[in-house]
Amino acid sequence: MNRKFLSSAIFYAVVIAMALIVLFPFLWMLSSSFKTQVDIISWPPKIFFTPTLQNYEKVFGEQDFLKYFLNSTIVGTAAVSLSLVLGLPAAYSIARFTQRKLAVFILLARLMPGISFLMPWYIVFSRLNLMDSYTALILSHMLIALPIVVWIMSSYFLTIPPEMEESAMVDGATRQYAFWKIVLPLSGPGIITATTLSFIFSWNNFMFSQVLSMEKTKTLPIAVYNFLSYAEVDWGGVMAAAVAIMVPAIVLTMIFQKYVVKGLTMGAVKG
Amino acid sequence: MIRSSVAERNLHLLFPLPAIIFVAMLMVFPVLYTFSLSFTNWNLTSGMPATFVGLNSYARVLTEPRFLNAIARTFAFTVFAVAIEGFLGVAAALILNRAFVGKSLAKFLLLLPLVATPVAIGIVFNLFYDPTIGLANFVLQAVGLPPGLWISSDKSVLPSLILVDVWQWTPMITLIVLAGLAGLSEEPVEAARIDGASEWQIIRWVTIPMVMPVILTALILRLIDALKTFDIIFAMTGGGPGYASETLNIMGFKYSFEYFRMGQSAVVLVVLFIIVFGCSMGIMKLRAASEL
Repeated sequence: MNRKFLSSAIFYAVVIAMALIVLFPFLWMLSSSFKTQVDIISWPPKIFFTPTLQNYEKVFGEQDFLKYFLNSTIVGTAAVSLSLVLGLPAAYSIARFTQRKLAVFILLARLMPGISFLMPWYIVFSRLNLMDSYTALILSHMLIALPIVVWIMSSYFLTIPPEMEESAMVDGATRQYAFWKIVLPLSGPGIITATTLSFIFSWNNFMFSQVLSMEKTKTLPIAVYNFLSYAEVDWGGVMAAAVAIMVPAIVLTMIFQKYVVKGLTMGAVKG
Repeated sequence: MIRSSVAERNLHLLFPLPAIIFVAMLMVFPVLYTFSLSFTNWNLTSGMPATFVGLNSYARVLTEPRFLNAIARTFAFTVFAVAIEGFLGVAAALILNRAFVGKSLAKFLLLLPLVATPVAIGIVFNLFYDPTIGLANFVLQAVGLPPGLWISSDKSVLPSLILVDVWQWTPMITLIVLAGLAGLSEEPVEAARIDGASEWQIIRWVTIPMVMPVILTALILRLIDALKTFDIIFAMTGGGPGYASETLNIMGFKYSFEYFRMGQSAVVLVVLFIIVFGCSMGIMKLRAASEL
């Protein structure tokens, strides 16, 4: 009995240590975001301090942070919605007609280095006067979202028995109708997974937005990064901005935890 | 009625067509364009049109030490990061693979680094590594070690960046392997236990071999992404100090959007593309073969 207690005590100690390693950067970020610059640069690093909201006031007041927040939301929402429109029928077709080559073709967009598309986009979008436009940014983020949608949904559609559509088709419905009225209504969990994951990936994207957006369409990751370019880094401000940018993704993850885990681990665990 | 049956018969083309056109326009065409630019010496700032120079840009870039170092660095970063992540990730999954109070919370915590914005994570670690005010040196001094320069020195910058990558992506391996472990049948483990195998023997000779395909796939996914690591490196060091943390991705980015040497940048991008494409295709072939 004693030995069992000891081994489970060791187990929990290990688990707590792992949790602290994972959490530590978040905790440090959070606590620094409530520190004054003096507290941040003091040595040794302060664990106890008088919290201040001045960093958040600065970020949301002086900076156009709400605008960037809105930009990230617009770009992410539009890119994900359009990717669902293009991706759901494609994923259905891949699942029902076993189009493996097509699946690989679309997945390549997820695997290949983004910069090998980004450089030509930059040239073309400049020529078309689309730099710093929502159009260019949404198109580029669609290339992030679409493969995720296709990847997740083509596996999901396989879990829906084809008999469901076939019986409707025997009764005279077209396959398009069956897809729209029978398959999609059954696909809620898959669509939630695909939407959440692709939105988070769009939200976090840095490289595409760094090149294609400027003042008008600037997204949050770029705004956070720009904090660093000041002569003296305002650490408190950066940390408050970093907290602000992560909160939506973390809240989404909290709400849809089950789906996010599934989306991130599927494909590796064969399905 | 007739029209709908035509649509019906060609549904396997019509349904994916919009997605195919989109990917062709935004991926295939740009990649071909990059490829064709690599045979020019186009410089966007010169105002001159692109001229065909054959393999000249290749000859210039491929012999440049900066480029060769970037290739070596890209592989070093990838191999070390993925190896450490694989080892720690699998170990953590084996530890967590049991019922315990707070398991769902533990899994939620593991998700956090995966959904956190990489640029922001990079900046947090910048503060952590700062030689004068950073916590990293405080910890070193607390245990009696001399302070380090971390990302400020060309000797320690790459390991410091690998550490950030390991922190961020080890949980992904853990979550994937945990999901794989959850799907295993209990019987072989029970049988081994009845035969008198020790816990360690069971893990080493029963559990790990059974979950090996899942581990490999997790490592492959990580490998492909690690080759392309950009956000963390760009935000933390921009490839510096000097070129000490410049990978192919960073070098391509600088050539494109800082120097605007599109011809030479295209060469870097073509090489990076071929490396990632080769790895992906090779791996997919292997996977397809092992699935049979």
